[in-house]
Amino acid sequence: MDTDTPATAISVSGLVKTFGRVRALDGLDLDVRTGEVHGFLGPNGAGKSTAIRVLLGLLRADAGTARLLGHDPWDEAVTLHRRLAYVPGDVELWPGLTGGEAIDLLARLRGGLDAARRDELIERFDLDPTKKGRTYSKGNRQKVAIVAALASDAELLLLDEPTAGLDPLMEVVFQDVIFQAKAAGKTVLLSSHILAQVEKLCDRVSIIRLGKIVQSGTLSDMRHLTRTTIEAETERPVTALETLPGVHDVHTDKGRVHFAVDGEHLDEAVRHLSSVGIRSLTSHPPTLEELMLRHYGDELAALNGNGGAA
Amino acid sequence: MSAGTATPTTPAARTPAAKRHGGGRLLAGTGTLIRFALRRDRVRIPVWIAALLLAHLSTLSELTGLYGDAATRASLAKTMDSPAGLAMTGPRHYLDGGYGTGAMLSHQVLGFYGVLVALMSVLIVVRHTRAEEETGRAELLRATVVGRHAALTAALAVALITNLVLAALLAAGLGGSGTDGLTWQGSLLYGAVFGGLGLLFAAVAAVTVQISEHARGASGTAVAVIGLAYVLRAAGDVGDGTLSWASPIGWAQRSYPFVDDLWWPLLLMTGFTAVTGGVAYVLSGRRDVGAGLRRPRPGRRTASGVLVRPFGFALRLHRGMLAGFCFGVLLLGSMYGSILGDVDDMLKNVDVVDEALAQAGGRDFVESFASVVMIVNAVVAAVYVVIASLRTRAEESAGRAESLLSTGLSRVRWMWSHLAVALLGGTATLLLAGLGFGLTGAASTGDGGLVLSLTGAALAYAPALWVTAGVAALLFGWLPKATAAAWIVPVYAFLVGYLGQILRFPGWMNNISPFGHVPQLPAAEMDWTPVAVLTAVAAALLAAGLAGFRRRDLETK
Repeated sequence: MDTDTPATAISVSGLVKTFGRVRALDGLDLDVRTGEVHGFLGPNGAGKSTAIRVLLGLLRADAGTARLLGHDPWDEAVTLHRRLAYVPGDVELWPGLTGGEAIDLLARLRGGLDAARRDELIERFDLDPTKKGRTYSKGNRQKVAIVAALASDAELLLLDEPTAGLDPLMEVVFQDVIFQAKAAGKTVLLSSHILAQVEKLCDRVSIIRLGKIVQSGTLSDMRHLTRTTIEAETERPVTALETLPGVHDVHTDKGRVHFAVDGEHLDEAVRHLSSVGIRSLTSHPPTLEELMLRHYGDELAALNGNGGAA
Repeated sequence: MSAGTATPTTPAARTPAAKRHGGGRLLAGTGTLIRFALRRDRVRIPVWIAALLLAHLSTLSELTGLYGDAATRASLAKTMDSPAGLAMTGPRHYLDGGYGTGAMLSHQVLGFYGVLVALMSVLIVVRHTRAEEETGRAELLRATVVGRHAALTAALAVALITNLVLAALLAAGLGGSGTDGLTWQGSLLYGAVFGGLGLLFAAVAAVTVQISEHARGASGTAVAVIGLAYVLRAAGDVGDGTLSWASPIGWAQRSYPFVDDLWWPLLLMTGFTAVTGGVAYVLSGRRDVGAGLRRPRPGRRTASGVLVRPFGFALRLHRGMLAGFCFGVLLLGSMYGSILGDVDDMLKNVDVVDEALAQAGGRDFVESFASVVMIVNAVVAAVYVVIASLRTRAEESAGRAESLLSTGLSRVRWMWSHLAVALLGGTATLLLAGLGFGLTGAASTGDGGLVLSLTGAALAYAPALWVTAGVAALLFGWLPKATAAAWIVPVYAFLVGYLGQILRFPGWMNNISPFGHVPQLPAAEMDWTPVAVLTAVAAALLAAGLAGFRRRDLETK
């Protein structure tokens, strides 16, 4: 496999990391192309942060290979760190340093600070840089790390749930800033469990579960692979719909029919409906939430007994 | 016990639970908090109590074994009747009347173990008040039916319970030991005074936790008060005794257990405890949860050029602690120096050159006294070195190292910047202690040569400090969870250097401490070999520690 082409910013294969008995990463494969915003999805404890910390050379993988911008993240950590910026999910600041000092410190140690850019970001994020670290709320600590990351000229951004604690207004500013970074040709790995954010920002998505990638691709690819929900009103009652391939969960109620169909069998199902005369038809492509639920459905089913949600 | 300024307005306090648990609204939930604190400390407190109890009993058995007959006791009393002896122990009055086992025990350990019981109480109070507020856990509790003063009261109550149990066990242990001369009355008084000393410093900590926003600062300030109390009594006991009356440890020693059995100093201690505790409640009522008494002010918008350099940044994190220690040791050294003149006078009243003095290789009392002071200074500097070296671990566990180590800063440079502050700061601490000692010593004796000779003598301990930093670095690199074990180095050096002389520890016990190899200037001759070897050992330990940290996982939250 060609892992060193400039087209690939992050290339990971078969990564394993254990902590005692816990297997945090269990053969993780991940490819992030240069210039894309890549969503890294999964619930708490799936291994997102561990994977990012291996990519930062903060943790040493037990097995597997990882290449970051064509280099080994453990052996060449410091050289790589000058080319990337990291925003942790839980930002800890020095109690006695002001936010402004922390921004300058992190950005300068990273290899350079664009002072004009810093001031602009501070203003956009509405951050008071004169306050001491201990007095910041969680959201404001997060802003300090985001400003520090974006004020340096890094070509790769590793963001680990960067907006946890930001209010919706700041979430909009964040999205705008990420679009700018993308336009400037930067690569972004965005770990998140805010699905709306990922849907809006990301070109491609990887879903991680129990330390493994269970699905990876563009959102439309993924949608095609999953079920579309259809609700239709027909002139004559629909019969034998459930016998069609790829059709699931058929419910009929006073001339209305409700079912889910696999992406590849959508055409046949719609033809079948039109044979009995379609009066109205609404179709919902799967939301990212449903994509996620498909992979985590068994856990939910275990929680709910039998998934009775509409 | 309650502050006048506080107004009980918490609506939650009206629930029956508040009445059941607290008594007053300001104290609602105190009972639950006490049980909770005792549960959290179910190992810690018994270990402290057992350690202090065992320390007393083993010292007692050593003393009865080593000084069983009147002749050896008289010889020990003569040794103690010197400035070095009195500075290390307590007032001269204990030596009158034969120096029996009881008198010996009180004289030798009441002040010394008194420092430890004070430390225990300070740590208990800080742990259950300011440390809880700093982590934000106190906020979670205060949002429930818990009164404004409940946390402070619970912490003090835990300290009270601990000291009461300790006092009772000590009294029973000493009185019941059947040792000749250990009367029940003396044992009871000893236990009461010892526990009282602990409670007194618990009250001191109750005040310092109101002032500082950080647990580290609060315990640091309280420990400085303990240190000041110890130095005042040492200076007073060597001199005319006036300074000892400014020290709670001095009061405790002036109850003369097993000699005069005076109970009234206990009253003085109780009064001081009550007033100090009252001040703590008043201050506590005047501040917000999580805040100190000082209001935070806005700081710099941007970082200075020094701050963004790794060493400059490390220095910034360490500067408060370093400045505190520098000031503290300058004071400590100066106080010891100021009594050098008294030491000189005392020399004229002594006609026999003592056996112990000859063993130390000292030419006179001044030099042997100075050598003992050097050990104390070196241990204080070592405490600083450990605190500074452990900062690496603190930064890592707090998750702050992660942000820095994901920048262009290498692990080695990051760790080294903290160690460099520890090494240079520790050496500076030593230098200032020696300089303060030398300057005031020269002034009080009129011997100008002491400035240089005492400063040089203090610096001879620098390689031992570097080894201490090396031990901390090695632990941090290879066994990060056990980094705090580096405390063993100064604690052990103190025990051996201080108690070893009286209890005659075997030579190997002295040899496993890096401080045991330093030539005891100015009493002994300078020997460069151990200094060079210690420096090499320190370099090897530091290098090994850095190598270990390079190859291990960073611990993240």
